[in-house]
Amino acid sequence: MAQLIYQNSTRASWAEDYSFLNNDIENREGLALKKSYLKVSDLNLYINKTHILKNVNLEIPDKKITCIIGPSGCGKSTLLKTFNRLIDDTEGIKYDGSIWVDGLNIFDPKTEITEIRKKMGLLSQRPCPLPMSIYDNIAFGCKMHGEHNRKKLNQIVEEQLKAVGLWGEVKDRLKAPASKLSIGQQQRLCLARGLAVEPEFILADEATSALDPISSKHIEELFVELKNDYAIILVTHTLRQALRIADHVIFMYLGEVIESGAADVVFNNPKHDLTKKYLEGAFS
Amino acid sequence: MKFKFIEEKIAKGLMIGSSIVVIAFVINIIYTIFRRGIPALNWDMISKIPAGGYYNGGGGGILNAIVGSLYIVLGSTILGLLVSIPVVFYLNVYLKKNSKLAYIARLAFDVLFGIPSIVYGAFAFTIMILLGMHTSLGGGILVITLLIIPIFIRSMDEVAMQLPKDLLDATYALGATKLETIKVVLRQIAPGIATATLLSVGRAIGDAAGVMFTAGFTDSIPTSLSQPAATLPLSVFFQLSSPNADVQDRAYSAALILIFIVLIISLVGRFITNQFSKNKI
Repeated sequence: MAQLIYQNSTRASWAEDYSFLNNDIENREGLALKKSYLKVSDLNLYINKTHILKNVNLEIPDKKITCIIGPSGCGKSTLLKTFNRLIDDTEGIKYDGSIWVDGLNIFDPKTEITEIRKKMGLLSQRPCPLPMSIYDNIAFGCKMHGEHNRKKLNQIVEEQLKAVGLWGEVKDRLKAPASKLSIGQQQRLCLARGLAVEPEFILADEATSALDPISSKHIEELFVELKNDYAIILVTHTLRQALRIADHVIFMYLGEVIESGAADVVFNNPKHDLTKKYLEGAFS
Repeated sequence: MKFKFIEEKIAKGLMIGSSIVVIAFVINIIYTIFRRGIPALNWDMISKIPAGGYYNGGGGGILNAIVGSLYIVLGSTILGLLVSIPVVFYLNVYLKKNSKLAYIARLAFDVLFGIPSIVYGAFAFTIMILLGMHTSLGGGILVITLLIIPIFIRSMDEVAMQLPKDLLDATYALGATKLETIKVVLRQIAPGIATATLLSVGRAIGDAAGVMFTAGFTDSIPTSLSQPAATLPLSVFFQLSSPNADVQDRAYSAALILIFIVLIISLVGRFITNQFSKNKI
């Protein structure tokens, strides 16, 4: 069955293939209705002929925190950037294989990349607020996707700021520049900005490494809360963070996926020697 | 005393010395303009066009040149911005960092930057002759636009090259196309746009050679783009050329007015920049 589904590259056929699921999900409502799906098959990526990602095959489970771990330079961030094709702007990039997001191959020339990116909220290592007010930071994405109703925008801004626990801190200064916020607040604002365009995935690239311990903990707690509604993919360099919050773990080494699976299995019972050594702290 | 402390003192002395030389020149220029310009300055200067025999000491003022210069500056600045913002946006957002086209374009703008305005004027003049055009406000605006486009592009480009990659990525991640990032890019480089505009305005309003052939000179205020227009630098030039000392003093008044206009534009420009750049990250 799986093979059949993934060979189709258009949304219509995907919907048809999944039509048998309709009975199951009819009685569920809201976000629970959406089933986010991300599968990587035979992905190879080269930058200037250097083989960066080697034959990557993996699946990202929905509504769980997936941590991608591994030593520096193993291709974790590159893989994450490939998911929403931000990697495209890199000089000398070449890739083959496929990444399926909700039944669409993101490398298919017919796929609208902006639609894929909209589905993937991005949280970078350093918070990067847009050069606008706090309010506009969140409203920007919605306006871009055609929402201009002031009342609706106000509502979205309030909702998303509340979702990241920032509303109480900024509700009196929504018109203030986002750059005036502390770095931890900026990171939460960036998260809220991503959530405002209604993504299905949250891609976080070492999202807490530039933050102080308290802000970092805050973001982690948010991830745990948000996994009820989103599939969260977190690249992390701190193994302890992965131990704390991961439901699913992908261990990478020199561009290859060495091991992936449920967190308790990978952490407690690693199959591969490299994983064992990494978890023991033999290298990092 | 240790050598490095002597070195420090000498270096500091040299820095102070060169600063004093620069400041002394500026003060000297301003003093000369004020000393000769203030006595000749009166309300007629800025409210009247030249009456008959103005350049031989007759009555009237230089309103024609003030208005002509403002027209040219305004027209060329708007046209210049319209042309250069897309160029800068294309160079920095659409082209990759080490693109050959970007390299060649930047080199070309650097060369254009260094071409004297008289060459632009002569070049435009030959084209105007080919087209059968007369000296006109429109011609002046066009040649000054050509003159300031390289200034616009290179000074905005310097700022745009510092655009954080993360910022563009963050915008793309929200589902923006390259074109849609322009709202973010413009806000981020707003201070650069303002600086570029101030530089360009300074060059545009102070240029005499470019407009000499193209805009011409006239004692009346142009009412359409096809009429010739006077400009302040040329007005200064013609009055200074007079053997009459009173008329020469008026040239200094005109220079004073020119400096004053530039000062006002700079202050307003800085004020606007501060408003725009408060959101910059």
